[in-house]
Amino acid sequence: MEKNGFKMFCPVESYSGEVILLGHGSGGTLTAKLLNDYVFSAFGNEFLDKKHDGAIFQANGRMAFSTDSYVVSPIFFPGGNIGDLAVNGTINDLAMCGAMPKYLSLSFILEEGLPIEEFTCVIQSIRQAAIEAGVSIITGDTKVVEKGKGDRIFINTSGLGEVHPAADIDVNRIKTGDRIIINGNIASHGISVMSLREGLEFETSIVSDTTNLNYLIFDLLEAFGSDVKLLRDPTRGGVSSVLNEIAGQLQTEILIDQRSLPIAEEVESACEMLGLDPLYIANEGLFICFIAEPSAEAALEFIRRDPKGKNAALIGRVGGAVGKGRVVMESRIGGKRIINSLPGEQLPRIC
Amino acid sequence: MQYLSEFRDKRITSHLIEKIRCLVTRPWKLMEICGGQTHSLVKNGILDMLPPEIIMVHGPGCPVCVTGVKVIDEALYLAAMPDVILCSFGDMLRVPGSTSSLLEAKARGADVRILYSPLEALEIARANPGKEIVFFAVGFETTAPANALSVMQAKHLGLTNYSILSSHVLVPPAMEAILQDEETDIDGFLAAGHVCTIMGLEEYYPIVEKYRKPIVVTGFEPIDLLEGIYMCVSQLESGEYRLENQYARNVSREGNTAAIKTIRQVFAVGDRDWRGIGTIPQSGYELNESFSEFDARRKFHIAIREVFENPLCMSGLILKGLKKPVDCPCFDKSCKPEHPLGAPMVSSEGACSAYYHFTAGQTAGFEHQTNIADGEKRF
Repeated sequence: MEKNGFKMFCPVESYSGEVILLGHGSGGTLTAKLLNDYVFSAFGNEFLDKKHDGAIFQANGRMAFSTDSYVVSPIFFPGGNIGDLAVNGTINDLAMCGAMPKYLSLSFILEEGLPIEEFTCVIQSIRQAAIEAGVSIITGDTKVVEKGKGDRIFINTSGLGEVHPAADIDVNRIKTGDRIIINGNIASHGISVMSLREGLEFETSIVSDTTNLNYLIFDLLEAFGSDVKLLRDPTRGGVSSVLNEIAGQLQTEILIDQRSLPIAEEVESACEMLGLDPLYIANEGLFICFIAEPSAEAALEFIRRDPKGKNAALIGRVGGAVGKGRVVMESRIGGKRIINSLPGEQLPRIC
Repeated sequence: MQYLSEFRDKRITSHLIEKIRCLVTRPWKLMEICGGQTHSLVKNGILDMLPPEIIMVHGPGCPVCVTGVKVIDEALYLAAMPDVILCSFGDMLRVPGSTSSLLEAKARGADVRILYSPLEALEIARANPGKEIVFFAVGFETTAPANALSVMQAKHLGLTNYSILSSHVLVPPAMEAILQDEETDIDGFLAAGHVCTIMGLEEYYPIVEKYRKPIVVTGFEPIDLLEGIYMCVSQLESGEYRLENQYARNVSREGNTAAIKTIRQVFAVGDRDWRGIGTIPQSGYELNESFSEFDARRKFHIAIREVFENPLCMSGLILKGLKKPVDCPCFDKSCKPEHPLGAPMVSSEGACSAYYHFTAGQTAGFEHQTNIADGEKRF
């Protein structure tokens, strides 16, 4: 399978020609066959194997619960696809709560006519991402909509995780002087997806940063406990949206330094070319950590030792101007400007 | 990033700012023509770093902002036609016409596509022989060559389902319109580096002579802008007026001759309505007679009777440099990017958009130049 010069990796044998039919969502034999052939065989575990309407399990202590829907287009992009995105996204939402994800639900809305081959590729990515993150998929659902009523495949995942005993993630614990760390280069995911969109296709080696962050976060909490005040993943809306949200909640100023923002040269060049601001572009393997000032340098070194944090940087701090919920960035040349949140979609500019 | 980061070097910008500070003895009002320059000034925080005597006013060089409401209405009319695919640069989509924008038309089901180049529209035309493909050809002299080339290629390929809705505008007539305005008190100009990359310098010598104002052709990076300001202020402080070229790494005296030739083959100069400003004679490009079959206005007999331009929007005063976005009572109140009253709030090169995104306007109390009347600068 090749699209725009980019090869989609599919580890399973080809089911060329077969497509998703409305009957695959009917609840009858076609549904059973689809589930048995592709879903149960990929994710089988003690909960799923019971083939019940839901899963019954034991929970302990403080739990975190999160849900997210995935509608990315195109569904395959350099560095990943909608499948691993759907696992990593929800896992990371749980990790941002300070939780170690344990269980996921998985729901598909498939568009009639979707090639089975693409569906199986997505399933295999989900399987791989779930194994890597150490989570089990314990319940799910599959629906099929008429052609034209969906966009190939939509996925919803919900997840449950156990909150780390030392975690005390709470925006209200943030204080003036707290430092802000990001674990890697910004804007890679959004630019990798954009590089394939119709009208914007450009040749690039930029790949999505989609990955799970749960182990790194777990280790960070083990080492720094409640000095970690807040964790957020800057997905849709990018770094600026997360920082603006927090500045708004706290009604205090957040100060960041443009020179310290990590970004790959190729991504920065693509942003320049397309007229897009990398601060507003989606990431799928990043977290922003607000940490107590005394632990900041040590935490940065700690994160940098992990492959998923090798480009980590201290990007800013919580300022003292109370009553001004805004993000101020010092530009490369030392000027200051506001970083606003994004009003709608970023549109490529004219020239 | 090579060829960019060198022009964003803090040591050099600090040095240039210091040089400007040493040079300046009295207030000077400079206009940067291009919206890209406005954005760079605001985005890099340069306005607040300049000595208070230097007042930057923002010029008309935002093609999206100056596109008339009637043209947006024409685009909306075409987009609403069955079997029409309307192709446009991205930042035209949010600009309000009389009743809605292309983005809203797209949401209602119109086939509106965002392209980076009109040549992509030709591909769409080839792939969709049963559809009419219209490219919304807006822009200054910078976008004109590629748009002209698309029409030439369409003719060469025999594509009969391709046309353009032309709304090209030209910089020199707009500068003259500003200079002829009685209220204008601009001392010098930073001309638009990209426009001059295409067109060269010749058109600007007569303007310098006629109006006795310095014009410095200037680039877009912080060092470019600061050097351009330095060159302009140097002339003003010594009572001189010349055309100078700060952006010599891109701009030659004769310009891009191949591009100019392409433009002249396809377009003819005509009068143009500018949003908020009115008609400026000989300030736009229309397809000439040899390419009239690619003129969407002729092809589709677009009937726009009345247009509605929000009277509260002072875009004309802003585009002429007579007001700043923060002087507008609607700024960041009834006019925001989500519900703009006029184009400067939604264009990526619009002055209002620059102030909204990068300074949060007055509402957040961020320090920036606001008062141009008395040359005062607040910190």
